[in-house]
This record gives sequence, structure tokens and C-alpha cells, in this order.
Amino acid sequence: MSSSGFSTPQSYKRRLREFKEFVIKSILFICAASSVLITLGVVWTLVVEAIPFFGEVTLGQFIFDKEWTPLFENAQFGILNLVSGTVLTTLIALSVAIPLGTITAVFLSEYASEKVREIFKPILEMLAAVPTVVYGYFAMLFVTPMLQKIIPEISSFNALSAGLVMGIMIIPYISSLSEDAMRAVPHYLREGSLALGASKFQTSFRVVLPSAFSGVASAYILGISRALGETMVVAIAAGLQPRLSFNPLESTQTITAFIVQVSLGDLPHGSIGYKSIYVSGLVLLIFTLVFNLIGQRIRSNMEKKYK
Amino acid sequence: MKNQHVEYLKRQDSIFWFIGLITMAFAMITLFSLVVDMAITGWPRITAEFFTSFPSRFPEKAGILSAWVGSLCVVFVTAIISIPIGVASGIYLEEYAAKNIFTKVIEINILNLAAIPSITFGLMALGIFVYKMDLGQTIITAGLTLGLLILPIIIVTTREAIRTIPAHIREASYSLGATKWQTIWNHILPYSSGGVMTGVVIALSRAIGETAPLITVGALTFIAFLPSSPIIEHVPYISMKWLSDPYTVMPIQMFNWVSRPQEEFHVNAAAAGLVLLTMTLVLNAAAIYIRYRFRRKYKW
Repeated sequence: MSSSGFSTPQSYKRRLREFKEFVIKSILFICAASSVLITLGVVWTLVVEAIPFFGEVTLGQFIFDKEWTPLFENAQFGILNLVSGTVLTTLIALSVAIPLGTITAVFLSEYASEKVREIFKPILEMLAAVPTVVYGYFAMLFVTPMLQKIIPEISSFNALSAGLVMGIMIIPYISSLSEDAMRAVPHYLREGSLALGASKFQTSFRVVLPSAFSGVASAYILGISRALGETMVVAIAAGLQPRLSFNPLESTQTITAFIVQVSLGDLPHGSIGYKSIYVSGLVLLIFTLVFNLIGQRIRSNMEKKYK
Repeated sequence: MKNQHVEYLKRQDSIFWFIGLITMAFAMITLFSLVVDMAITGWPRITAEFFTSFPSRFPEKAGILSAWVGSLCVVFVTAIISIPIGVASGIYLEEYAAKNIFTKVIEINILNLAAIPSITFGLMALGIFVYKMDLGQTIITAGLTLGLLILPIIIVTTREAIRTIPAHIREASYSLGATKWQTIWNHILPYSSGGVMTGVVIALSRAIGETAPLITVGALTFIAFLPSSPIIEHVPYISMKWLSDPYTVMPIQMFNWVSRPQEEFHVNAAAAGLVLLTMTLVLNAAAIYIRYRFRRKYKW
């Protein structure tokens, strides 16, 4: 009877199988949990390597110094010079990407036919697939000369062309997430609006867009994160001159471009240059994380509202 | 009066239709002018020698041999690291994870991970891989860095692919006595492999184009030699020494050429950019093709 082949809870075969299942589950869990380790690793390294920096520089210097010249003889550590460059290029990029990305999303989700969408979506995705260093080349050697024809006094490295190109680069990030959110809006909302006599335009912008707002907001937040953290375009096209100014025609330096500039040189472990890139990296990380937390807060609030 | 308003609304609609088309056209023109501008500048340099020579002080002699070999090596290491971990994480989160605080933390974390600037991954890698683990500025460091960077993309696409498989497939498998892992291995994974592969290819194409984190971990820009060969003449015939060799990759070589003042080097940069762009676009086209094939193969 016992050799019938059925496995009972006591049988050796069955216990072996359960053990195997448990081992596999544990391995999979470790893999999934390792992603948390990566985040902790990033935050921990940045904090640990940045702390010694404040042994040499006071927080007052860090915020109020007039210039950012950590590698010079008379070093100054005014981080605001780098922050202003980062904010400036990000603002320029967003002023391109948010309007164009939103229009694209509305157009693809509400106006375009299935066929039109099938053609345009892959092209937009290609915009996101182009390596950033190629965009840097494009900004410096195509957009800047073009801008120079229009605005002769523009410097050959400038925040404007880097920002514009960055903006085009992040259109697909904004448009595809927003479009997904808008297409998830239930059809009866549209039909209700149209039945009350609203036009397509009114329905899109007063019904669909607000209902999809949580998704659209996270798309914007992702776009902001991309723009803040974008490196190669600004390192190539925006120049290497940290300055506290919001003139888009001048050269400027972002946090990311500074990290690249220092990393290209010789960088002994523990030198002030080494510490300064970790401090600026930490500032950048705090910026992005704050934006992401705001985004998640907006999303959860909206989700409660539109349940 | 009423009619006028309706007319106005209709006009508004067609104007927006037009604006949408212009926006699309703008994106297309940008992509087009980027490719054409680079092709016009770089095409004369695309010769056999360009692929088979090392970088040089003389722009007309310089080539991308060490760069494309380096890119292949780094992407290989990246794939080995990120594909198993990424797919396993995706499976765990979709199939096993209980709805508890752990899962929630992991999920929020993956969302945030995708938003962390890539250059801070480079800083992390510089602190941990280069100095703490003393791996140096080598192919293995670069592969690890990029592997961690693209992990979230692979996890998210794996989850999406698994989610499209209907529950009745699982139920059928369980009812025949299969265990959870047997169900995953024999059914879930094969059926979702199209989506998973699409995600992997897109993630790897991102890794090929990624520059910033590799600059911070210290990829050298002037490498006039190749990594050592993985095949050697004596037992065991396979050598892992190439993992600890210095390297350069395509985007860094291009960055190096772009940031030089001489215009001759910009021509080289355009040519390198053209090669790089072709690599990433071919990978993306492959991803679209895979998605299309699998969508036709499995219909629920």
C-alpha cells in the first residue's frame, strides 16, 4: 500500500520537495531584498564619505561662501554656486519638457487614433534611448551654434542649450507615464463629460487630466529627478564655471558636472577633492529624494480623493 | 450666440489637434537632425581602420578598438550580474511576496531607486567597489556599477511581464500537483520570457550608453591595449584576468573626443556617436521585435 507512489506529509520525497521550495523562496527573497541594500549603500557611502568634509569646512562656509573653488589654493565652498547651476538648467529643461510632454500625452491618449499612436510612441521611446553623451554632442555642436545665430552674445558653453536639449531628452519620460495615467481614467468619465456637451478639448483638460493627476504628477517628478541628475549634457555643453547667477546665456556648472570634472582628474582617497564630490553628491541626492517624497505624498493624497 | 460658442469649441479642438501634431513633428525633427548632423560629420571617419585602431594623439589615426571591446566586456559582466538578480526579485515580488511591511518597503525602494541620479551610483561604487573592496578601476567594477544601475528596470519589466499571465494558468498547474516553483519554472517563466527579454535588452542598451557613473569610478580615457584574452593556452583554458583589467567604453571615448578643443576630434566624436547610436537603436529595435513576436505567440 505504501508503495502506491502518493506522497504523504511524512514521506521523505515530500519533505525534500518542501525543503527545496523553501530554499528557492529564500534565495528569491534575498535577491529582492538586495535592492534595499543598494539604496542603503548609496545613502550610507555618500553620508560616510561626506562627513569628514565638515571637519574641514564649516556649515556657514558651505552655505555662504561666495564661490565654489574647492580645488584652488584659497579654497571656497559656496555650494549655492553649484545648486544655482543645477536649478537653472533644470528649470530650462522643465519649461520645455512639461508643456511638450503633457501635450504629447493628451494628444496620444485622447486625440490620436490607434494607428497614429502605434507610429509615434516608438519614435518617442527612441528619444529616451539615445545615450546622453550623444545629446551632449548635439547640444554643444548643433544647438549652441544655432542659438549663436539668433543671440550673438551667447557664450559657447551655456546653460540655455544644455537645458533645452535636456528638456527634449526627458519629454518621453513625462509623456509616456502621463499617457498611461490618462488612459487608465475610466471611460464613463469621458462619456459623462461629452454627454453634457463638453468638447474634446474641455473633456481632456478639465476631466481626464485632473482625474489622472496623480499619475501625471509622478511623471513630472520623474522628469525633475532626471533633469536634476542629468550629467553628460551639462558636463559637455554648459561649461565648467560655477557661478551664482541665473543668466542662461552664460556658462555655468551643475553639481553633476562638477563631480565629472573632479573625477576626470587624479583623485586620491581622502583628499579634499574626493570629499567635495561626495558632499555635492549628497546634496544632489537629498534634492531628488525630497522631490520624490513630495511626489509620493501628492499621489497618495490624490488616490484617497479619487477612490 | 450659442452657435458661435460651439464654433469656438470646434475650432479649439482642431487647433489642439494641430498643436499635438506640431509637437510630435518637433520631437521627430529633433531626433532626425541629431542623427543627420552626426552622420554628415562622422560618416567619412567610419572605415575599417576606425574599428581596428586604438585611440591616438593624431585624430585621423585614432580609432575605437579599445572602446568597443571594453563596452562589450562591461555589458557582459553587467548582464551576468543584473539579469539573475533582477528576474529573481521580480518573481519574488509578483509570486511570493506577502502583503506586509517588508514588501511595501521593497516596492517603495525600487521606485526610489529608479529616480536616484546615475552619478550617485558612481559615487557609491567609487566608495565601495574601488576603495572598500579594492577592486580598482577595472572591468568588474564597471560591470557591477552598471548592473546595480539597471536592476530596477529589469525588476519592473519582469513584474509587468509576469502580471499579464492569467491566474488560470497557475491554477491548472497547481491542480495537477505541481509545486509553486515547478509552476514558475515550467509555466510562468516561459510565458513571460518575451516581456522579460524586452526589458533586459532595453536595460542593457541603457547600460551601453551610460557614461557618468563610469567616469566617477575612474574609467580611463586613453587605453591603447585590449583586456587580456579569456581563452589561454594552458589548463584550465579560461582566464578571468580580463575582469581586473583597465578599460574604456564607447561613451567615455566619445566624451573624451567631444571635450577636446580641436575640431578634428569632434569628427571622431561624431563617428563614435554614430556607432554608439546604432548599437543602442539596434538593441531597441530588437526589443520591439521580441515584444511583437511574443505577443503573437501567446494569446490568452
